[in-house]
Amino acid sequence: MAVHWRTLLTALPLLLSLGTAQAATLHVDNEGEPGSLDPQKSANHWDSRIQKAMFDRLVDTAADGRLIPGLASRWDVSDDGTVYTFHLRDARWSDGTPITAEDAVFSLRRLLMPATANHNANLYYAIHNARAVNRGERAPEALGVKALDAHTLEITLDHPSGYFLQAMAMGEAAPLPRHVLSTTKRWIVPGDTVVSGAFTLGEWHPQSQLTLEKNPAFYAADTVALDRVVMYPLEDTNDAIRRFRNDQIDLSFAQVPSSRIDWVRAQRPDALRTAPWAGEYFYMFNLRDGALADARVRKALNLVVRREIITDKVLGTGMRPSHRFVPEAMSGADGVTMPGLDAPYAERAEKARALMREAGYGPDTPLTLTLRYNTDDDHKKVAVAVAAMWKPLGVTVELYNSEGAVHYAAIKQCQFDVARYGMVATVNDPIDLVGSYAAGGSAAAASGYQNARLDALIEKSAHIANAADRRKVLGQAEQTLLDDYAVLPIFDYVSNHLVSPRVQGFEDNVMDEHPLRFLSLASPSTPSHSGE
Amino acid sequence: MLSYTLKRLAFAVPTLLVVITISFFLMRAAPGGPFDGERQLPPEIEANLKAAYHLDEPLPMQYLRYMGNLAQGDFGPSFKYKDFSVTELIMQGFPVSLEIGGLAIGLALLIGLPLGVIAALKRNSTIDYLVMSLALGGIAVPNFVIAPIMALVFGVLLGWLPAGGWNGGALPNLVLPVIALSIQQIAYIARMMRASMIETMGSHFIRTARAKGLSEVQVVLRHALRPSLLPVVSYLGPAIAAIVTGSVVIEQIFGIPGIGRYFVQGALNRDYTLVMGTVVFYGALIVLMNLLVDLLYSALDPQIRYDD
Amino acid sequence: MTSTTTPYRGEHDDTPLPAGGPNPPAGPDKNTGESLGREAWRRLKQNKAAMASLVILTLMALVCFIGPHLLPWALDEVDWSNFQTAPSLENGHYFGTDANGRDILVRTLFGGQVSLSVALVATFVSLVIGVLYGAVAGYVGGRTDNLMMRFVDIMYSLPFMFLVILLMVVFGRNIFLIYAAIGAVEWLDMARIVRGQTLALKRREFIEAAHALGVGGPTIVRRHLIPNTLGPVIIYVTLTVPKVILLESFLSFLGLGVQEPLTSWGVLISEGKDMMESAPWMLIVPSLFLAVTLFCLNFLGDGLRDALDPKTR
Repeated sequence: MAVHWRTLLTALPLLLSLGTAQAATLHVDNEGEPGSLDPQKSANHWDSRIQKAMFDRLVDTAADGRLIPGLASRWDVSDDGTVYTFHLRDARWSDGTPITAEDAVFSLRRLLMPATANHNANLYYAIHNARAVNRGERAPEALGVKALDAHTLEITLDHPSGYFLQAMAMGEAAPLPRHVLSTTKRWIVPGDTVVSGAFTLGEWHPQSQLTLEKNPAFYAADTVALDRVVMYPLEDTNDAIRRFRNDQIDLSFAQVPSSRIDWVRAQRPDALRTAPWAGEYFYMFNLRDGALADARVRKALNLVVRREIITDKVLGTGMRPSHRFVPEAMSGADGVTMPGLDAPYAERAEKARALMREAGYGPDTPLTLTLRYNTDDDHKKVAVAVAAMWKPLGVTVELYNSEGAVHYAAIKQCQFDVARYGMVATVNDPIDLVGSYAAGGSAAAASGYQNARLDALIEKSAHIANAADRRKVLGQAEQTLLDDYAVLPIFDYVSNHLVSPRVQGFEDNVMDEHPLRFLSLASPSTPSHSGE
Repeated sequence: MLSYTLKRLAFAVPTLLVVITISFFLMRAAPGGPFDGERQLPPEIEANLKAAYHLDEPLPMQYLRYMGNLAQGDFGPSFKYKDFSVTELIMQGFPVSLEIGGLAIGLALLIGLPLGVIAALKRNSTIDYLVMSLALGGIAVPNFVIAPIMALVFGVLLGWLPAGGWNGGALPNLVLPVIALSIQQIAYIARMMRASMIETMGSHFIRTARAKGLSEVQVVLRHALRPSLLPVVSYLGPAIAAIVTGSVVIEQIFGIPGIGRYFVQGALNRDYTLVMGTVVFYGALIVLMNLLVDLLYSALDPQIRYDD
Repeated sequence: MTSTTTPYRGEHDDTPLPAGGPNPPAGPDKNTGESLGREAWRRLKQNKAAMASLVILTLMALVCFIGPHLLPWALDEVDWSNFQTAPSLENGHYFGTDANGRDILVRTLFGGQVSLSVALVATFVSLVIGVLYGAVAGYVGGRTDNLMMRFVDIMYSLPFMFLVILLMVVFGRNIFLIYAAIGAVEWLDMARIVRGQTLALKRREFIEAAHALGVGGPTIVRRHLIPNTLGPVIIYVTLTVPKVILLESFLSFLGLGVQEPLTSWGVLISEGKDMMESAPWMLIVPSLFLAVTLFCLNFLGDGLRDALDPKTR
């Protein structure tokens, strides 16, 4: 079984150039070992990459992240935005069974059943009775989801939802092979899983590699260029970079860390793909007690942080300095910004000192804050830089790092003054971030932030069907948060991936979505691969 | 000897029970749970997750449930790797760790023991200093530094070997991780062997042996070697248990599917069942290895007797 | 082996002196503690490598504890115009700066303070507990030995990480706790090694002679057993130090070690390892300090072992 790899490697270009029946195989660093391939059981980025390749949704995602028809060839939305009717195309499971609207109903009910314990179930709470089903208060059959016939699915929402179609494009909402799941509990079987997507599950060696094979039964199989994708769960980015240099992998979904970015920029500029990403890196203030309850202190702390030094000098990974809470690249409202941050630094520093004096802090009454972050070299660098920037204000910072579980547990239990936080949006919608600061949201609970105006705006947005109007209201909510200086935004994330120039069809997009079915490989000898 | 062995084996059960019990409550008392992550979950979803893993029950109840399952040989499902049971994860990863670790230990003994003996016999000579300095290099440079350097030099720059990956255990993929894992062990074994050899060579019975006109080689091979192995053997017991259960550093750097990562990652993810699985597995191995070491003692030095 | 399965035992038949025992007439009980120390020191002084190592180690400690006060940079001082710059004479960062613009030399020296004291304290703790525990278990033997060693087995098997996390929860984060936690795990190997040696020693005739003379158990352990196990113990101590220094960096990874802006050699090296191709000074500088320390410690350990060896006295 152990083919000598060097022999293989030297033979590969030759075989490819022959251009016969040689399989097009893409080797991918997939960041980590999948937690589960059941699309409703796990929610890591790397899990969903595989899940989506195996299970198509009614709504699919194009190479550039746009929503396109998937198993549903089209859909209608009622004028009030509460009734969605999906029209399924003639498609079959990999075992030949037709894919029906009943499969979709089965899957959505399963998604919301408490026993499934899905992480993202709340994204579907707009569906009639969804929350009650998820809480175990209603039977799954009460869910507002109905198969009108084998090819028509009707979903009724309680109120319009700006991101419902995006939620339907997520792995969670993929129709599942009802005929398999109803007879067996263990239905994810390497080599024998019934799938609807572009790839079937081949071999799976946990912690080593997982192979996806092209699914000939996929409705658009003729457009899939890759015959096989081998996914490696590399935990160490340096391992990924070394294997990339050795041509052992063609594409790395891991983020290039700041410790390696200089090297990559210098040595492999052709392979570095940097693009804005729907995530915000910020510091959360605990507003419950002490100095941070005072908006003047929060404003002063915000004013003296020079974001561009952190992004350009300290990290250098291409992150974008941020003056707001919803990343610029996301579909947020225009013109939202934290007031006062645009002034020159000297002016801001002066203003900050004055604010601290007003709040009663100065050389004789210094302010001591604990800044918590979770273990990571880049988080450490940012924390050290911010502490140094606060120092001239007379603020003494105690840095406190801990491993992730302890860090996030401490935030949940409000045991922090200032805490590092990163929010990566699950759907490209401002509510995914801003909503967390509304009453009942996780950030509001952790930080103790309360503002009736923001709550009212969030509530209002839930009843607006018009996308532009809704975005404007959410923008006002975001502005409210910023006017209160309730957070300290630092930068918008970017995605930094190593992509071999041979890989085609990799399009940068804000959700960092790169469906495998649209990727192809140009062989070294024939630059333009005949993908279609 | 047999009754001693049986008695020790019988002792293993209560020992493991204590280990399991302490570990269980230790782990659960630590802050942070399996669902505390960057994405804070809405309360109803967290409640569903906790119910799915019985984490909503009182702790003593969970303990009894765990012990009940364990008695039937069921380690439970992993929280993090949901498509596999803990038993499957360990059984898939252990052969890999055992292969790499076993080879590394073998290599370390093969190189370390002779080096230690030679250095001891040529004490304070150039050879001694050279050997000991080399050994020291293996200790002074931590393996999380030496391993990436090796991968970079031999994998990427020279291109002699794969830069990483397991590839079903192909020979070229084994070389770097095994060497990286053994360097430190070589150094340990060589240094301990040297010291204990010097100790033995100075003792009475060696002088007697020499007086009998035995050649130096005979003295070393027939008389000095065995008693000198005692400290090395003491060290090796737990060391072997640790090494064959994988090294998280080596596994991550080379991307090897062993179980070493589960010890650290299971704990970091608060994957309670996986942590308990590794604890039980490792505990059993420790008990077994330390029993073997004690039996080896009496083989190496007949004067050592265990009172039954 | 040859015809006899246990040539060793054959040896035993030939000579009244059992194997491996030291020379009882010259045993340490003849000397007072003070003269034993002076004697050892005299012998240590004759060992050039050991003395040179001692001098360098002393210098290293002095440099780490005094040096930072003589340098123009503070531990957490950011040089806003020099982020991650290579060693240079012009900007005053003789060993370069890190990604936060902090002076590597200053940080390495401060890291030395932490690493050296962790090594010292943790190794000492593990030495004392391990040697006493192992000697008692080996000497008393029987049921006591069995129970004591099963306790060691249990300690080995406990998930160390949770143990430390919990200690941290109970006692708060405290650098002395780190030392204690590290010492508390590292004594296990030491105890096993000492016990093994003791098992071998206790049937030797000089111990039995002491017994026959009516010397009490504690005295035998203290004056005869422990001194005769010192050889392997000292060597194992020199092997424990690097382990302890690197273990500290793992604890720091968990957030249980030293906190920024404080640092340690282990932390600096693990930060530097990712930079080996873009900012090698971040790896090389702390690695050199660590390597020099460990080399000296080993030669000093060898010298000490020779100097304290009861057989050669």
